[in-house]
Amino acid sequence: MTPPLTISRLTKRFQTVEALKDVSLSLQPGMRAALLGHNGAGKSTMMKIILGLIPHEAGDVSVCGFRPGSAEARAQVAYLPENVAFHPSLTGEEQIRHYLALRGESPRRAGELLERVGLGHAAGRRIGTYSKGMRQRVGLAQTLIGRPRLLVLDEPTSGLDPVSRRDFYDLLDTLAADGTAILLSSHVLTEVEARTDSILILSEGRLVAEGTLATLRARAALPVTLVVRPAAGAGTLLSDALPEGVKGEGGVLRITCTQEDKLQRIARVAALSAHIADLDVNPPSLEDIYSHFSRRDGQ
Amino acid sequence: MSRIFATAATEFRIAFRNRWVTIATGMMVLFALVLAAAGAAPTGDVGIDRLSVTVASLTSLAVYLVPLLALLMSFDAVAGEVERGTLPLLLTYPVSRFEILLGKLIAHLAILSLAVSLGYGAAALVSLWSDPGTASGIASLFRLTWSSVLLGATFLGTGYCLSSLARRPSGAAGFAIALWLVAVVLYDLALLALIVSDGGGELTTKALPVALLANPADAFRVFNLSAAAAVAAAGGIGSAANAIPLWQSAASLALWPVLAILAATAAFRRITP
Repeated sequence: MTPPLTISRLTKRFQTVEALKDVSLSLQPGMRAALLGHNGAGKSTMMKIILGLIPHEAGDVSVCGFRPGSAEARAQVAYLPENVAFHPSLTGEEQIRHYLALRGESPRRAGELLERVGLGHAAGRRIGTYSKGMRQRVGLAQTLIGRPRLLVLDEPTSGLDPVSRRDFYDLLDTLAADGTAILLSSHVLTEVEARTDSILILSEGRLVAEGTLATLRARAALPVTLVVRPAAGAGTLLSDALPEGVKGEGGVLRITCTQEDKLQRIARVAALSAHIADLDVNPPSLEDIYSHFSRRDGQ
Repeated sequence: MSRIFATAATEFRIAFRNRWVTIATGMMVLFALVLAAAGAAPTGDVGIDRLSVTVASLTSLAVYLVPLLALLMSFDAVAGEVERGTLPLLLTYPVSRFEILLGKLIAHLAILSLAVSLGYGAAALVSLWSDPGTASGIASLFRLTWSSVLLGATFLGTGYCLSSLARRPSGAAGFAIALWLVAVVLYDLALLALIVSDGGGELTTKALPVALLANPADAFRVFNLSAAAAVAAAGGIGSAANAIPLWQSAASLALWPVLAILAATAAFRRITP
């Protein structure tokens, strides 16, 4: 079976600005990939090219084996745009019925789809009266139509409260388990960290990093930070014993070390346990890894 | 096919909610009744039945009102989707741009047909009620109805085209009003000026028929006036209309909607969301 998405050496120019430079990637069925990048890094542009909404200059894009935007590709791809909008005069149910009909599905399933995204109670109300979070759910409901092979979600959790976000990622997990490949962009790194299989970092139109969080963490080789909180009165003793530590607020000592040195360093700290109130080991966060990759490219 | 009808059903619902059905029908019925009442007075000794006179007046009304209603309904069709931000998502669905426009056209045309039928129907009822022997005018009333629908289709298509070219509802509204002024009002004034200055010479006999056929609103007027028995009652451009064979004005009426919708599709295809 052809992969849901293959991109090779994609380049896109807007007049003189190169929005995407030589981007290659591929998504396998059931894979959840997060596309990260600063504003203007080319995330939305890439998504629009995959959907066939805008043309590209060079490179190949294949969606389920078809040209992006062709009838065959469109039949197998679902999209949730950033700031999704609908006609305010229609009710949520009417809007979903319309989308079902456009995909050749029975409009009777509208109620069930809205129920799945937790909008069953508001199905008969006009979308003009919906909150941003509710509109986002209508947008999500329409992506569930017709078992798409590829889901393209642009900032899908913007406007959702924390509980809705969790429900949303649960929904994605079910879809991915059924074999749908998912490409989503997000600014909320913590949720991406926990709920995706692969991370793609775009910076200035280039794909600067690609892989699982563990691979990226190893590649970035960012230091681990040990935060040592001295016991009462033991501050000076500890800072003498651990001269590499940097004093922080509240008397804590911050010790940075490489991933390989981590255990040895912890053992040294643990030997002083009589003088220590608490010890935290902070691995580099996704934020750190993300800034590492996008900054390196910016220089 | 089902995608076109799904689009049409949704568009009809939206137009209904936006009160376009009420506005269009109300305007047509009101104006038609006013004309029927006003035209009722002097007919007795002209020697034509009252309905034929009403049809002649309705033709003059339709030339202004049908294009106006059509443009008002259509100027927002594409530009509104762009402005609301609903277009990118719609275009990722397996539906072609031509199908989207056709769906909108069916919905808007249905509303226009309803308004025109009710308006003309009301005027016809008034005529029949005051002059029962007027049934011979039914054929010209029927002709007026379907040619009004064709005229409406032309201006709906042109409205979609302007809407795609403008990409903003405010700009599209400006274009629509300008087009209405030029096609329906200024064009005829220019032709009148031509006739007057030329004094029935070469230009009037050769260029005028072509100019009348080239404008869908004039083709509509010429078609209905030369087909109806009441040409004499209409006067003005009506006499010049006699020089044009009926099939030519009918062909112009039938061809324009096709051209308009093709132009609209071409303009819509140029939009990258």
